[in-house]
Amino acid sequence: MLAARTAIRVLGLALFVAVVVVVPSRISEFRASEFALIGIFFIAILGLNILTGYTGVISLGHGAFMAVGAYTTAILMLGRPGLEAGGLSPPDWLPVGDGMKDVYTIPIAALVAALAGALFGLPALRLSGPYLALATFGVAVATPSVIRKFDSVTGGSGGLNLFDSPNLTGAIFNAVHVPGGRTLTFNDWLYYLTWTIALALFVVAWLIHHSRLGRALRAIRDDEIAAVASGVGLAWHKTLAFSLSALYAGVAGSLLAMSAFSVQPGAFPVDRSIALLVGLAVGGLGSLVPLVAGAVFLVFLPQWAQDLSQAPGVPAVIYGAVLIGLMIVLPTGVGGLLRRVLGPLTSRLYPRSQ
Amino acid sequence: MPLLELEDVQARYGAVQALHGVTLDVDERQVVSVLGANGAGKTTTLRAISGTVRRSGSIRFDGKSLPRSPEAVARSGIAHVPEGRGTFAELSVDENLRLGAYSRRDRSGYERDLAAVVKHFPWLDERRDQQAGTLSGGEQQMLALARAFMSRPRLILVDEPSLGLAPLIVRRLFDVLRAWIDEHGMSALVVEQNANVALQHSERAYVLEVGRVAVSGTADELRGNEAVRRSYLGY
Amino acid sequence: MADFLQQVVSGLASGGVYALLALALVLIYRSTGVVNFAQGEMAMFSTFVCWELIDRGLPYWVAFFATLAISFAGGVLIERLVVHAVSRAAAITVVTVTIGLLIMLNGAAAWIWKGEQRTLENPFGTRTFDVGGVVVAVQDLGILVVSLALVAALWVLFQRTRLGLALRASALNPESSRLHGIRVSWMLALGWGLAAVLGAVAGMLVAPTQGSFDQNLMLPVLIFAFAAAVLGGLDSPLGAVVGGLAVGVILNLVGAYIDFFADLRLPAALLVILAILLLRPHGLFGRAAVRRV
Repeated sequence: MLAARTAIRVLGLALFVAVVVVVPSRISEFRASEFALIGIFFIAILGLNILTGYTGVISLGHGAFMAVGAYTTAILMLGRPGLEAGGLSPPDWLPVGDGMKDVYTIPIAALVAALAGALFGLPALRLSGPYLALATFGVAVATPSVIRKFDSVTGGSGGLNLFDSPNLTGAIFNAVHVPGGRTLTFNDWLYYLTWTIALALFVVAWLIHHSRLGRALRAIRDDEIAAVASGVGLAWHKTLAFSLSALYAGVAGSLLAMSAFSVQPGAFPVDRSIALLVGLAVGGLGSLVPLVAGAVFLVFLPQWAQDLSQAPGVPAVIYGAVLIGLMIVLPTGVGGLLRRVLGPLTSRLYPRSQ
Repeated sequence: MPLLELEDVQARYGAVQALHGVTLDVDERQVVSVLGANGAGKTTTLRAISGTVRRSGSIRFDGKSLPRSPEAVARSGIAHVPEGRGTFAELSVDENLRLGAYSRRDRSGYERDLAAVVKHFPWLDERRDQQAGTLSGGEQQMLALARAFMSRPRLILVDEPSLGLAPLIVRRLFDVLRAWIDEHGMSALVVEQNANVALQHSERAYVLEVGRVAVSGTADELRGNEAVRRSYLGY
Repeated sequence: MADFLQQVVSGLASGGVYALLALALVLIYRSTGVVNFAQGEMAMFSTFVCWELIDRGLPYWVAFFATLAISFAGGVLIERLVVHAVSRAAAITVVTVTIGLLIMLNGAAAWIWKGEQRTLENPFGTRTFDVGGVVVAVQDLGILVVSLALVAALWVLFQRTRLGLALRASALNPESSRLHGIRVSWMLALGWGLAAVLGAVAGMLVAPTQGSFDQNLMLPVLIFAFAAAVLGGLDSPLGAVVGGLAVGVILNLVGAYIDFFADLRLPAALLVILAILLLRPHGLFGRAAVRRV
């Protein structure tokens, strides 16, 4: 039984990788960038799941951590020369560097976002349930105006443009040379970059789930008092969960900045944070693979609704109605559905949702 | 004609069948107890009557078929004091009593019944403004009975009244129950794990085993039954 | 000093509207444990309904009370048709459904009313009067009075009537309430209906203060109402009112007196609220849930 489960897991993961590798050759350039976007949201939702799915903390502020990642990447790519060329004057003490290749900024963006997550995790220790959820919502609400306030580095409302940056790999019209002598279009490059990182972070999330840490986090979700009584350090684990999930959001934000060749405060409105939570609910709280469905929903449903009707307001009505209908039919998301269908076969493959 | 008649009542929680066909009845002005081990289906029997678990089979109350929703059952004159006593912990004692009378149609009887209840539990009157959650376990059980009495039920279902209470308080609870039955013509179906206590205070009893009635009879008959004595009375 | 009082007075007026919407949030939170993200959009929709009725020739106050009735029915309907269907699901599912409602109502209003700017009559007129150097607008005073009167009416409903007791009991202990013959699921629908009415009043009061309005009327108000409800304590009606008024005043004072925050009014106000929450994690008047282990 155990061997069968492991086999199913390995097979599933192999299939997943195979699909990811094959997809670009089957789709158009334009679609490749959309699929990259799915990868970006997948990463962010995976991160949110570490906090919400395991620890039970509903966060409505993850767009803010995405913004931190995106701005870190943009500022580092431009560096002091790039920022000053754009008419900005970053304070002298801020280590913005002299411009850094985009890919190298990703781990830094991840760490900065993780730090921001840890900082927010501290006050969050005092709050719980809806109070904490609405506090994170407050962070999301405040994000755009805070970005605008520090316009000497962030470029204010106009944001930062990366299109002309020499540190943007490939830029839009140039081919990207990858090891092995092949060349890729920018969108294909972005696709592979995003999904390579997504798969790596997926494996990390899977490992977390099956580790002591994952068990401790779920124990906190199910019963804080009992978890503490069993020796789980509440403060440390909650802060860690915040930090880890912000790290994922930071990576997603960093990739988002590259894919859009720019960052603006308007790209991180409250809706962004809310959308991530919606994606998690659609994918299924506490699931891993099914979270892809949540990311697909976020990217394709608005487009599909637009295709059905262009009349003002109608796409929103369709989007809202589909979302509500989906939640009524699948209250535990796609992951919950899969658990029910595959449950008898792989009773322990997917984590239990609450 | 019995006041309450259960015939082949079955109930399940998801995939687990808890009642495999329970048949029992309660006569007017009687205390009938349901005994059995943990998981025998005692609580489920009460829940099947009050409609808090879905059931099949026939339940007749006062000659008529009993409705299936808890609200309708409450309105037809059955009060259920559930596990955990159903206390509205955040509300005051007075508000708890008012909720007890919620299902009644005659509002004029409220003051009269309050006086009758206070006669048995005098302390209730002095502590009407106290938050119910701050009462002791025994007091909460008394409040639960008082709340049930306020609806002027024809039948009261009581789940494990003795749980966690001192013997003296348990005796007092049963004494009040008996007194109310004598004064107001009510019947009671009491679930008890403590068979000694239950048989002392009831006319008849049913012993459940794995969702079925294994033995039934008058309290004296059951006390004399070798198997019951060994399994449930412990002597 | 007069300037300070002026800031406080105008803060109280906008706070009255936040209080109403916060009260609506608290009403639903207490009865169903749900933070209703669609509360603002329900209020916006009601405001449009009122505009439509007036546009079709009804006198203001007739339209006003008709809107309240329609809103009540709408709130009940939303609970029965949508929210009830997920009442047993996890919190994130219910929150997502209210987010879906938010998006849908916003879109529907844009669709029906073409996304154009509309104006709603101000029932209190535009007169102002002077109290010791502080200018008080009759409109602001009217908003405050209406808000406080509604709060008082709700208090009477909840604390002094049989229906109110049943509403409270259903929220506190639904299982036991059903055993007492209370139709709990209808009580929850009733809670949504009442919340919709409060929101409708908030929308109809705030729309005239904005000059004109469209389907995005209530989004900013909702954010402040959230802040107010959290500040006061999500389960406390009194807290919602105090929180609403406090948020109005804090917003005004922070913006006016701290230069650094002049263009950061919103984040600054949220920061103040967060600081208060750190001292009182369940809001000023909220009760910590006591758990037995």
